Formats: sequence, structure tokens, C-alpha cells
Amino acid sequence: MTTTVAKDAMRKGDKTIIAEGTKMVPLFIMGKRYYVPETLTIQKAMEYAGYQFVRSCGCRGGICGACATVYRLEGDYKLYSGLACQTVVQPNMYLVQIPFFPANKVAYDIEKLPYDVTAIQTIYPETFRCVQCNACTKVCPMDLQVMDYMAAAIRGDIEAVAEMSRSCIMCGLCTSRCPAETNQYNMAELCRRLYGRYGQKKSEQVAKRVEEIKAGKYTPMIKELQTIPLEELKKRYEEREWEPVVSEGWQPKETKYL
Amino acid sequence: MGYTPEMKELIKKVEATRPARIERVKQGIQFPKLSLAEAQERLRTYHPDYKDVGRRRFKIGPNKGDEHTYPDEVVDLFEANSRIDPDKVDLSEPDFETDVLIIGGGGAGTTASLFAQENGMKVIIATKLRHGDANTIMAEGGIQSADSPIDSPYYHYLDVMGGGHFTNKPELVEAMTLDAPLIIQWLESLGMNFDKTPDGQMRLLGGGGTCRKRMHSCGDVTGAEIMRTIRDEARNRRDDITVLEYQPAVEILLDEDGKAAGALLYNMETEEYTIVKAKAVIIATGGCGRLHIQGFATTNHYGATMDGIVMAYRAGVPHCFLYATQYHPTGAAYPEQNVGLLITEKIRTAGAQPLNIDGEEFTFPLEPRDVESSNIIRECMDVGKGIPTPVGRIGVWLDSPMIDLLKGEGTVERDFPAKFIQFKRYGIDISKEPMLVYPTLHYQNGGVEANEWGETKVPGLFVAGEVHGGIHGENRLMGNSLLDINVFGRRTGIRSAEYVKQGVTLKKLTLDHVRAYQKELKEAGIETDRISPMLLPDYSNPEVRAKQLTARYFGTLR
Repeated sequence: MTTTVAKDAMRKGDKTIIAEGTKMVPLFIMGKRYYVPETLTIQKAMEYAGYQFVRSCGCRGGICGACATVYRLEGDYKLYSGLACQTVVQPNMYLVQIPFFPANKVAYDIEKLPYDVTAIQTIYPETFRCVQCNACTKVCPMDLQVMDYMAAAIRGDIEAVAEMSRSCIMCGLCTSRCPAETNQYNMAELCRRLYGRYGQKKSEQVAKRVEEIKAGKYTPMIKELQTIPLEELKKRYEEREWEPVVSEGWQPKETKYL
Repeated sequence: MGYTPEMKELIKKVEATRPARIERVKQGIQFPKLSLAEAQERLRTYHPDYKDVGRRRFKIGPNKGDEHTYPDEVVDLFEANSRIDPDKVDLSEPDFETDVLIIGGGGAGTTASLFAQENGMKVIIATKLRHGDANTIMAEGGIQSADSPIDSPYYHYLDVMGGGHFTNKPELVEAMTLDAPLIIQWLESLGMNFDKTPDGQMRLLGGGGTCRKRMHSCGDVTGAEIMRTIRDEARNRRDDITVLEYQPAVEILLDEDGKAAGALLYNMETEEYTIVKAKAVIIATGGCGRLHIQGFATTNHYGATMDGIVMAYRAGVPHCFLYATQYHPTGAAYPEQNVGLLITEKIRTAGAQPLNIDGEEFTFPLEPRDVESSNIIRECMDVGKGIPTPVGRIGVWLDSPMIDLLKGEGTVERDFPAKFIQFKRYGIDISKEPMLVYPTLHYQNGGVEANEWGETKVPGLFVAGEVHGGIHGENRLMGNSLLDINVFGRRTGIRSAEYVKQGVTLKKLTLDHVRAYQKELKEAGIETDRISPMLLPDYSNPEVRAKQLTARYFGTLR
């Protein structure tokens, strides 16, 4: 089975291709009505309406947290949220982007903190004002269990906070909704760093290799590659042994460059 | 939402061939790798860099008359006017003074700030968007470092050189591969979370073109984890590191002796220009995906517009390897909302295979990126076995459900949480259904010419990260950019501090190089309204633009 396509089918840059017959729907950007194609994300719909972003636009791929958006739907009292670059418009969506939210970031020295609950108590004591209302979890565009990691922090379970906040994009929506004025995402960042610094064991192999490099073990090998003729370099490249996908117990035959 | 009924029908062919393919992978049998000669031929025929259309030579500046042609989208930025009129800028009263000015607040810039600060410097980071808004935060798969017992910097070096077609600058590759374990150790000490076994062993993975498993990662958010960690640390050192957000640099300032002396910044919100006087300047502005070279979609950040190379070029620093652009083999081609989005190479290292419309393999899944991309373009455009999307794009399948079958139920959701949710939002479960992918503009292989300490030919002017050319030659391998930003961020941070400490006396600041460049433009007969650095792309609706009829930007309101 084969398919034919126009040679320039992919040459559309960042422009969303709007299929013929796509319905136009009303969208209220900060209360002002525009009609946009119903398949667009909020971000592209705002650009379609004529906006050029300076703030509230970053990676355009759902990982940087620049485009946190809050919206309501007509006739519905509920408040919804999402990332503008990842959320498709719905008819009669009333939206505003949160370009910045003032959040408490305390300066600390990671080398001087203990690996227990007192670190959180010292740096972000407001964490313990959490009333477990769950507003943070409801608003999280990454579907993190924010309230649960706040509970873990209060218990002093730093590893759990690190694991549960792994995909946090630090967009600030949780903090914007918190009735206790806590700062969930900076607190979680503190916990991830504490976990990485003190909770996870250091790699002995990395430390060993650093020492070997400092002792100059590999410099002559690199110099050798820099001085052999290009043809010989290419030969060594083509003949290098390939560690298999499933490699338990695999050993290369050539060991003199290890 | 999810796949259309037609696409679901096609997915059945993928499902039909899957059991036999799984069996072969378990036995270590893959579609054969191309030889160097075959790969070269594939590149010549299918890689966008090797096409002659839409490319031209440099007519002005340090690279004038070199042998290469460059994409029009790139040359346009250099055949463009400065944003400012040098005669209207009063350089006698700087708004800020500092030891080291870092232009760009991504991974390289932030790492440089930490090492400069540790070496006694007062630092200003001027960044176009928010601190951390950069390609670093979007990097998913991992960071390379040859520290496993069955690996060594020797093989890392060999892989890097081969991946770059042996064009890389050897001293840069040496610096990168020998510094790699040091960087991993440094990130560990800052508290970066790595995927490790309980006893602290790194869970290493392979990557395209790497003969050993040396990818260190944090799920599929490795770049985000690095950025979050180093940014948090920079914020901890706020007494010495000042961050100016939404204030990109638009020109480098020199002093009368030709030393770097700061930069002119543009406040994108108040539209005023401010002057930073600095004893050393590090350019860390990243890449250029937002130029959409040859119309390709991109995985890059909104601000990736090549600003740093333009500024350095006007200050007299040549670039290298800018003729080579990296197309990541697997950008999302469906759903339309996800188009261009990076599908990490780690999906293939975990076992997923690219497949054509009949569910057949057509490429070794882990060729170097340029070769893998060429194979996919060939399959779609020439062999005619791509899969069309409802809006007329095309792609090949990336059979992600193989991962759970090879590594156990739940692996996809656990190891690729960000990707999983990005597709789940559109009704596609990538642990059960394949993804549709096509090459997408990913990396600026070339950049500003500089040595292994990031020093350019202008005294006091350094570069670090994607803006630095030559490390990866004509083609970068996976996991070497998260490495290079840290290696060369660290090196420029240290070396700029040494430079400042040896005593730098700045003479009168000047923009004469900008005047000279404007003159050269005119003499070459280049008359244009274009202005660079671009700063941000324009995705606003052209129909709306056509109705923006303000005749003159005077009066009380712009």
C-alpha cells in the first residue's frame, strides 16, 4: 500500500492546518468575543484572533509552565484550568492567562539543611498552614496530586514529595488558588533537591570515573584518536562494538580503552 | 477525539506485525544499520541540508565568501538592520554595571552564572522571556556521560565524531567528553534527581549513534529537572546573581580597544533600551528552531531565534557549521495540536520501532539523527509508504506499545509521564496505540566560533551552549546538548572570572561595529526593512495584521 502527498505537505512551520469545513466557535478572551476554528488550542486561537504573545508563551509544548490559563464555560459556575498550548478551545469559553504569580521563594544553602521535616519547617513554614482543601490538586494542569504531596511534606516524607511532584512545571496555578497562602511548587522544588542531594545514594561509578579522568587515564586515548589518520578513525568508528538493547552481563571484546 | 476510523484501520496492520517484531528484538535482531557510505548517500538524497533550493551564501561580515550556502531564513537575519540607531544611544551612563553579563537564562547561561559567582563574580543574567525559558527545559531523553564500567570517554569521543561526520572540532569534543562525569557529579551535588537503582547506580540507556548505554535521565523530564535545579540554585544566590527578565540583548557593546564591554538590552514591555556595562560577556542565547527553516515545524522554545549569533557577528565574530541544521527524526505529526512536538529518542532506545503504512520496519531505529530523519523522509516522500493525516500531513508510525511488551506493563506511563499525558489529552493512549511522527526542526548544529573555553576572537566575549558551534560538527547526538550546555556553561563561567580577575580596564563604550556593519550592508547593495535580532516569531493572524491600519506610530497611543 502506498500513499502520495504533495512534496510540501509538511512545510507549514508552526501553522496549524485547519481542515476545510471546520466550525468557527465563539471564544471570550478576557471577556471579549472572537470567533476561532474549533480545533485550535487556546494559544493558537489567541494568535488566530490577532494576539502576539510576549508573556504567557514559552515552550508551546506543555512543559515550561508559561501559559497557565483559567476559564469558565457559559452557564457553569465551575472554574477550570489548563495550559493554553495544550487545551483545545470550547465554545463560549471565558478565559484569562496568568502571566505571573507572586510566589515566595526563600534563599537557602542546600549544604546546610538537614534531610528531614525541619528543613521544610525552616524554609517554608507556611506549608504547615495547609488546610487540605484540595483546590491545588483540582487546578493542576499536570494532574499532580498536589494536596497529597503537601500532606507528605507535613509528614516529613521528602522522597514522596519528590516523586509525586516529578512532572511539576512550576506554572503557579496551585499557589494562586491556595487559601492558606502556601507555595506548593517552590516547597516541592526544595524537597526534590533535598531528595537528590541526601535521599538518593551517590553513584560510586561516576565518582570513580571522575577520579580516573583527573588522574589523566583517558587523555592519552583521546589524543590517540586525535592523531590517527581520518581513515583509521572512521574504521574504528565503524568497528566499534554495540551494547545490545538487553545487555545484562554483556562485555565488550575490546577492553584496552575502558 | 483520538485517531480517525481510517487511521485506526491502518493501526491494525501495525498490530498484525507486532508479535513477530517483538520476538526479533528479543533475539537482538533489528533492521540493519546503514554503512557510512550508504548513510552518506541517503543524506545527500533526502536530508533538507543537502538541497540547493532556499539557500544562499553570505555576502557580508566575517563569513563573507566562505564555501557554504545557508538557509535563506538564516541569511535573512544577517542581511538585516540593527534594531537601534547607534547615534541615538548615549553610552556614557550605563544603567547597570557588573563583572559578568550573561545573555540568556537557559541551561548554559544559568550554569555559567553559578560558576562565575563561585569564582567571585557579580553576575547579571539578561533573558528574553522568563528565567528558564529555553530549549533546556524541553529536553527530554537524557544527558550523556561515559561512566559505566563497559564504557569510556574514548567511545564517547568516537561516537560524537562519527555522529558529526568527523567534522567536529576535536578540542571541543575532548573537553565535552572528559568533563562529562564531572558534570554529572556536580548535578548530583546540587540535588538533581536521577533515575537510579536504590544503591545509587545510574539507570543508563542507549541513544541514536551511541555504541554504549550512557544516557543519564530523570524520566522524560531530564532537561526540566536540570533547569529547575540550577535555576533554584541561582535564585539562592540572588545577592550575587541578578536576573533581568523580558529584557533581551539586541547588540553587544565593545570598548574602544575592541574588548567586550556589555550589551544594549531591550525591555519588551516598556520598550526602553538600557545599557549594561560588564567586564566580560557570555552569550548563551540557544538555538534557532523558530526560524522554521524550509518551513519545517519545530520542537524549539518560543524564543529560539538565533539572536546571539547575529549580535556576535556584528561584533566581528564568525560562525561555523551553520549550514547544517538538525531535524529530529520524531516530531509529532498527529494530532494537529501536537504537531512538531518532540517525541524523545528515548522512546526508540526503549524499544519502539518506526514503521511504514504496512506496519513494516524500514530503518534501524537508532541511526544518528540526520540519517534516521532521511530514512523517514525517504519512506514518506519517495517510497510512498507514509501515513496521511486528515489535514494532509504525513508521517510514519512509532510503535510505542512495544515498550510495555518488552519492558513490562506500565513502563510507558512510568518512564514517559509527560509524553503520556500530552497524548492522553487528545484521546490517544501511547502505551496501546502507536504515535505518528515526522522529522521536525530541532537543533542548530552550528554557531559562534569559539575555543574549548568558549572564548571568541573578541577579548572578553564568550559563548556557551547551543549558540557555540563546532562541538557537534554537522550533526549532534542525543544527550549531548544537555551535556554541552553544562560543560561549556561551567567552562565559560570559570574562564570569564579568570579573565576579569586578571584586571580588565574598560575604555569608552562604543557601537562603532554596528555602524560599520550597517555601512557594509549598504555597500553590498542590501537594502531591506528587515530588523534583527528577531527576538520573537510572529504567529499572529495575517488577516488581522492586514487590518492593523495605524498609519503612524505617533500620538498618545501606539
